[in-house]
Amino acid sequence: MAAMLQAIGVASPSVAFSDHYNKSSVSSIRSFPVIRSDARSSSGSIHGSFKPGKIITKATATQTESSASAASKPGHELLMFEALREGLEEEMDRDPRVCVFGEDVGHYGGSYKVTKGLAQKYGDLRVLDTPIAENSFTGMAVGAAMTGLRPVVEGMNMGFLLLAFNQISDNCGMLHYTSGGQFTIPTVIRGPGGVGRQLGAEHSQRLESYFQSIPGIQLVACSTVYNAKGLMKAAIRSENPVVLFEHVLLYNLKERIPDEEYVLSLEEAEMVRPGEHITLLTYSRMRYHVMQAAKTLVNKGYDPEVIDIRSLKPFDLYTIGNSVKKTHRVLIVEECMRTGGIGASLTAAINENFHDYLDAPIVCLSSQDVPTPYAGTLEEWTVVQPSQIVAAVEQLCK
Amino acid sequence: MGFLGTINPSSWSSYFTHNHASWCKYIRYPTSISCKQPTLFTSHRFKSVKPENQLDSMHNGNDAQVLNFPGGMVKFTPDLKFMSESLEERIHCYRVLDDFGQPISNDFVQIDEEMAVKMYKDMVTLQIMDTIFYEAQRQGRLSFYVTAIGEEAINIASAAALHMDDLVFPQYREAGVLLWRGFTLQEFANQCFGNKYDNGKGRQMPIHYGSNKHNYFTVASTVATQLPHAVGAAYALKMDGRDACTITYFGDGGTSTGDFHAALNFAAVMEAPVIFFCRNNGWAISTPVADQFRSDGIVVRGQAYGVRSIRVDGNDALAVYSAVHEARKMAISECRPVLIEALTYRAGHHSTSDDSSKYRPVEEIEWWRVARDPVTRFRNWIEREGWWSAHAESELRNSIRKQVLHAIQNAEKVEKPTVREIFTDVYDVPPSNLSDQEISLRETIERHPQDYPPDCPTS
Repeated sequence: MAAMLQAIGVASPSVAFSDHYNKSSVSSIRSFPVIRSDARSSSGSIHGSFKPGKIITKATATQTESSASAASKPGHELLMFEALREGLEEEMDRDPRVCVFGEDVGHYGGSYKVTKGLAQKYGDLRVLDTPIAENSFTGMAVGAAMTGLRPVVEGMNMGFLLLAFNQISDNCGMLHYTSGGQFTIPTVIRGPGGVGRQLGAEHSQRLESYFQSIPGIQLVACSTVYNAKGLMKAAIRSENPVVLFEHVLLYNLKERIPDEEYVLSLEEAEMVRPGEHITLLTYSRMRYHVMQAAKTLVNKGYDPEVIDIRSLKPFDLYTIGNSVKKTHRVLIVEECMRTGGIGASLTAAINENFHDYLDAPIVCLSSQDVPTPYAGTLEEWTVVQPSQIVAAVEQLCK
Repeated sequence: MGFLGTINPSSWSSYFTHNHASWCKYIRYPTSISCKQPTLFTSHRFKSVKPENQLDSMHNGNDAQVLNFPGGMVKFTPDLKFMSESLEERIHCYRVLDDFGQPISNDFVQIDEEMAVKMYKDMVTLQIMDTIFYEAQRQGRLSFYVTAIGEEAINIASAAALHMDDLVFPQYREAGVLLWRGFTLQEFANQCFGNKYDNGKGRQMPIHYGSNKHNYFTVASTVATQLPHAVGAAYALKMDGRDACTITYFGDGGTSTGDFHAALNFAAVMEAPVIFFCRNNGWAISTPVADQFRSDGIVVRGQAYGVRSIRVDGNDALAVYSAVHEARKMAISECRPVLIEALTYRAGHHSTSDDSSKYRPVEEIEWWRVARDPVTRFRNWIEREGWWSAHAESELRNSIRKQVLHAIQNAEKVEKPTVREIFTDVYDVPPSNLSDQEISLRETIERHPQDYPPDCPTS
């Protein structure tokens, strides 16, 4: 498995993190504050309106760079799968009810090493290797959660969770409601998804589009090492069932994150790069393609605003709305397929809520409505590339 | 799994040899285990939340007649013989009372007068409640109902053998279990009418009861999805080291689902203290068991998964009581799943949306309802013990009947939950999109009150 991981590598190695770091001087001129939940009080903070007086900080990963000068601790560098593990481990230390279920998560350490070492530390009952039946161990997680545990279910690949759809939608999502609030289901369902490097159609699923209708669950997608750890912790602490989408090609991203504990908000979007001309909405791996395109766009004289929406259900319409009101143009870049994807819902939501502020129709760049082909060249053409993003922005900003 | 298959096999095996010592405790199928103790390697797993000490690896002697296969020693045979698809005789069925309530066994768990009389009273209550609620649906006062006629012994006797701490994951024909645990007739009626006193806040169909106070998990309409839930909950009990087990009920039809297979398999592998109670009542709506499976019922499947199992007469309250009592002891003390198949008959229709005379002979239904009635059989026994009389019988039936009618009348009059309850409990706190949707709905109701039910409270 280690050999495979190295072969997969990082999606867009040419993305320069320094790009959005340079824009970190934003806080002084930013007119809208972004609320960031502090480490202790992250539950129940789904917000419909902004409350003045709360902690006001930037919501971006630039936190580490700017705080380095002010804070005493320099932070530590690690890869994304290590950050996920760190978040999981911290939560397992903090709360003995947190446990992990999945195939090969125990002694094997997980197919992407997110749970490596945990079984040795916590025992094979708390980090449980399950037989191959996704509907069953997801069902088990539902039962365990209703009985007081806080399970984290790992789908070896998100696509396999389609076998658990019944349990996720009819039980995980519904039982809190149908029981009249008597039973809560604080589970986290996570795993790698998205288009990888020639993994074949069945292992390149984008489940966020299939799951987004299910009432009762929250969907979040992590994209950086910083937000991966923060979202993992927030998801575990949430009382609602949360599906955390990781991406197969992002596990080897390296970044410096703070030593001190932090938890992010599940319902917040992340301002990656503030700008004036156009709003680029994206999530997960596409963030890096967008940032690469942003570099090109800046050189051409554009000033794009890039927002990583992070919360796929519910959308952070507050952050998104403020951006639309400023730039009046929206481009959505996603890896989902065109029909029924996250972009389709987001387009509808923005049109409904912010129609008056738009100077141009919303454009959505997505993958085609085809199963992901195996051949490398064909696969590359089904994923939105930076050059397409640049062309679309130029078209929109004409 | 494409990507796993690309692992270089030589690096995989070198990982094995390098880490053999530390791997021993994690290896699923150790290559050297004595066949005299085939369960040795399983008993050390899934026991603790702290890592165990490592198992010593063991060596076998060389014997040409046996081979070390994963899972244990296997003897060879030179005969080309297939295992038969069925045993010569069907698995025997455990029974304590004969058809007339006479004990024919000494091997059962004794119950005292107080317990026996409570059991009987609850069986009668269940029977009367079912009859009257069914009538109420026929009269149009309820939208839907499901009866447990013919399965009163299963409901009450299994509940009586459990403790209140045991968690119940029902299917939908186990209202009697909830009744035993203290759910009142009024509470049953409230749920069926979906009024504001319903635990479920009017969100589920009738008979989808749920009460965390009584450790009875809310009924979901999906078939057999409660089986993995029960396994997960048993896992939680095991992690906590609690002196309790879980029990889950399902029918003959439910055993065909994927969830049944995986739940039994999981429970066996994980050594979870769960009782799988199958109510084999002969019918899955209109599908008879002959069209459901070709095995000898459900009990034979237990061994296929490594689960201890028993077949009992489901219409014999004492047999059901004893079986569940013993199963509970085994599940908790030995930390293992147990499968109980109770043979019975669905004397009523599948639900109020079904007319079973369309697919089965009325004489068959009548015979089971009368000659095999579990309530009558148990009454004969307690009367013979001197604990019951005809007078007590008529008194009880009159009283229960009045109470049930009263409960229905009350529940009918209570108003329904408010509009607000459409949007609460979807999440712990309603997110902005749901709050917006609620405002929008309220505005619509205000503008067009004539299009909405008049008794729909908005505040």
